[in-house]
Amino acid sequence: MLTIKNLHASIDGQAILKGLNLEVKPGEVHAIMGPNGAGKSTLASVLAGKEEYEITGGEVDFDGKDLLELETEERAKEGLFLAFQYPVEIPGVSNINFLRTALNEIREYRGEEPIAAKDFMAMVREKSKLVELDAKLASRSVNEGFSGGEKKRNEIFQMAMLEPKLAILDETDSGLDIDALRIVAGGVNKLRNQNNAIIVITHYQRLLDYIIPDFVHVLADGKIVKTGPKELALELEEKGYDWINDNAQTV
Amino acid sequence: MEAVANSKVSAFVENWSLPAGNETLRAEALQALKGMDFPTTRVEDWKYTRITRITNKTFHQSAMTLDVKPYIIPNLEAHVLVFVNGYFQKNLSTILEGDVITIADVNDLDNSYYTNVLEDVDENVFSLMNKAFATAGVYLTIPKNQKAAYPIHLLHVSTGERTVANVRHFIQAETGSKAEVFATFHSEGANDALVNVVFEGHIQENAKLTINKLQSEEQSTFHIANEIFVQDPSSNFEINTITIGGLLVRNGLNILVEGENCYTELNGVYLGKGKQLLDNHTFVDHLFGNCTSSETYKGVMDDQSIGVFNGKVVVRQDAQKIQAYQSNGNVLLSEQATVNSKPELEIYADDVRCSHGSTTGQLDEQAVFYLRARGLSEKKAKELLVSAFIGEVLEKVDNATYRAYVDELFWQKFGWQF
Repeated sequence: MLTIKNLHASIDGQAILKGLNLEVKPGEVHAIMGPNGAGKSTLASVLAGKEEYEITGGEVDFDGKDLLELETEERAKEGLFLAFQYPVEIPGVSNINFLRTALNEIREYRGEEPIAAKDFMAMVREKSKLVELDAKLASRSVNEGFSGGEKKRNEIFQMAMLEPKLAILDETDSGLDIDALRIVAGGVNKLRNQNNAIIVITHYQRLLDYIIPDFVHVLADGKIVKTGPKELALELEEKGYDWINDNAQTV
Repeated sequence: MEAVANSKVSAFVENWSLPAGNETLRAEALQALKGMDFPTTRVEDWKYTRITRITNKTFHQSAMTLDVKPYIIPNLEAHVLVFVNGYFQKNLSTILEGDVITIADVNDLDNSYYTNVLEDVDENVFSLMNKAFATAGVYLTIPKNQKAAYPIHLLHVSTGERTVANVRHFIQAETGSKAEVFATFHSEGANDALVNVVFEGHIQENAKLTINKLQSEEQSTFHIANEIFVQDPSSNFEINTITIGGLLVRNGLNILVEGENCYTELNGVYLGKGKQLLDNHTFVDHLFGNCTSSETYKGVMDDQSIGVFNGKVVVRQDAQKIQAYQSNGNVLLSEQATVNSKPELEIYADDVRCSHGSTTGQLDEQAVFYLRARGLSEKKAKELLVSAFIGEVLEKVDNATYRAYVDELFWQKFGWQF
């Protein structure tokens, strides 16, 4: 589904990603862990199409499409979803209206009819339950006045509504207390299936107690330096990232 | 025009004829115009609005007619009074039966009453030219303790080459009355047309008057508006100004709050494109205590357009316990667009609650990216953000029928949906 080959990216002339390789297949969950500054969030931003980053080398194939050639919105329409580390507050834009617009743009792209208002509202009710998002929040302005946990739940709610092929969760666990973490992870798990894939970017292992990954990758200095099964996350938690730096081996 | 000698102003009005009716007021206005000149940008009040684009041309009076159906507000059951180039079009107007209001010619307004009500208000060269040369206008009275059965729609259209429309209205909202007025301005096939309008009124005790004004002329017209309203104690006045048309538009809103316990609300939305210059000057003068005034103006400027906002609130020494709120927000959609925003508070009383704020910036790039990452095109994302930005002011329009009409106009003109 997603094949990243030798990806190099920089911001303001400073190289952040330095030859990153990753292969994600349908049905898989990949965790990307790493110390601060390793390039985790840069990877998420580059995949979503944030323009501040300059791609200096490599290629990304997304279901047969050259991802790097697509605009941000085209990537979304192709089925890529980024759950933001810091969801943006947008006063005056209602969560519901914006989601209906987004959903219909995606449907139009796929050659489908716009969703009927009744079906849409039924979908909102069903999907907001997944992450126990108060129906009132669903109709408020996008993220405005939401708590940190509510913002993250709103991200997963949007993911549920848009049903992406590939979801990238960028530090979705940061700022969540253990209850909120369980709710968010539970929502994600319900969305997992054989046809979609999830990349979980996180600094800590704790989210991976709830979202069990098929692979754990360690990102350090712009490259994936180690890949292993889910147990690798625990090992990292115990030994710290220095252990990787000391034993760096390219995969 | 022998009355105004040797000035640019006299040259400007040279080929206008003095309409009949209320000769006394016209003569006074002409007298006051003597020796007056057009304001330059050295005059503080006109610093950002250069009017040589208007004053280096000459305009002529021209009674014309056209089909005004496209400018009727759909589904609004209202009295409709039509003015084309400043001339009243009786055949195109509709006065519904069974209303309590009186619709008369503005020339019928009693001069001593008028002078008495407006004695403390400053005139300027445009309002004086209007008063001397006004070709038509209504004198609307809402009688004591009565509510107008229908809204009153004053529909103005300009057409033709270099035409001038001097139109003047006066509303007398008597004690305890209530009315809603729509004033819309359009143009059709107008080229270098000038609209010079004076809109005055007296809101007496416990009366409520709401005005919804829409300026939607082509970008080939100039529009100068002077709006002067006097509020008596415990009265309520609200005016919403939506400006989406005109090449150069100047709204001069002057509210004299002459009594305690008044409520005054001024809201505005202005959207500039091309080389439009949209200027909103407001002045609220609180002479008595225990009043509230609230002002929200928002602008979205694209291309090389220029926005001007100057909102002045004066709280006089005896006007204690005043609450005065004012805010002006602007979004610039292009690198070349400009906004000059100047909120002014002059407070001479010591027990007041006043606030003012002004912001000008671009659309939040983070928000644009967020929306795009969910599948919205960049254009759609920006539209949504702009709609949200001005939606806050549009919400203040209570009349749902009119609101639907405005929404439709925005959709047609800008592709913005609310």
